[in-house]
Amino acid sequence: MKNSLIILGFFALGLILGLTRFLPEVIMESDFSLFALYLLMFLVGIGIGADRSSWRVIKETNIKIILVPLCVIIGSLVGVGAISIFTPEIQLKEALAVGAGFGYYSLSSIFITQISGETLGVIALLSNILREIITLLAVPIFVKYFGKLAGIASGGATAMDTTLPIISKYTGKEWAIIAIFSGIVLTILVPFLVPFILEVL
Amino acid sequence: MITVLVLMTLGIGLGFFVGKFPKVIKGVDKMTTWSIYLLLFLLGIGVGLNEKIINNLHTIGLQALILTIGAIVGSLVFAYITYKLFFKSK
Repeated sequence: MKNSLIILGFFALGLILGLTRFLPEVIMESDFSLFALYLLMFLVGIGIGADRSSWRVIKETNIKIILVPLCVIIGSLVGVGAISIFTPEIQLKEALAVGAGFGYYSLSSIFITQISGETLGVIALLSNILREIITLLAVPIFVKYFGKLAGIASGGATAMDTTLPIISKYTGKEWAIIAIFSGIVLTILVPFLVPFILEVL
Repeated sequence: MITVLVLMTLGIGLGFFVGKFPKVIKGVDKMTTWSIYLLLFLLGIGVGLNEKIINNLHTIGLQALILTIGAIVGSLVFAYITYKLFFKSK
């Protein structure tokens, strides 16, 4: 909990600095977050490699591992579908497309903006950023009440990178491989599933 | 995304060798925590600088939020069922 508050504090500080433009040009012009992500992934890799029990999980779970991204797909789509039924201003198709971003906000919002216009694109962007932020803040609570797959499920596509450290920390390093697998499957599916929902369904 | 996976694979390889040194692992854990802080700080800046997000926050923010809650709660429920049925016995 303390950790989540510190994370939220850093986010809020960044938000205020961004809003007030109280920043040097260099930070506003270039995207440092990509390099920060690279560093983070390298560190997370070391953590996984150093943990001897990491690979045992894959051996023990084998084919069952495919159930993890599958339950995230079904869960996300059923969830946003239910929301659209109770919210007349959101169409089912639009809700499904936003939900099929699985937290991968950059790519899903680009696709949705191109197919359905900017408004839904921004909703997709916000919704999927929120999915990442809520996951980062609430993984300890989710894992406590919904079991060891909760962080991986909530993180969706981000379980392979940005939310992996926090998932790994509160679920155990031995689950990191499953988180990465699920995240990769969902990340690969986003550019296929989002246009499919909007154009074919 | 490829770069991210390559870097992580390199890290895993390095991790196999440094796994014997608890002091190094502790240092890596600490740096991991600070990298998370840095990324969230940068995400905050990104959102704050993005006028498209800020100007529309009040009207479409709510729709985005309830969709997110739907997606997360749906995922959690299905993850809970999957965990109970297939993973818990270990």
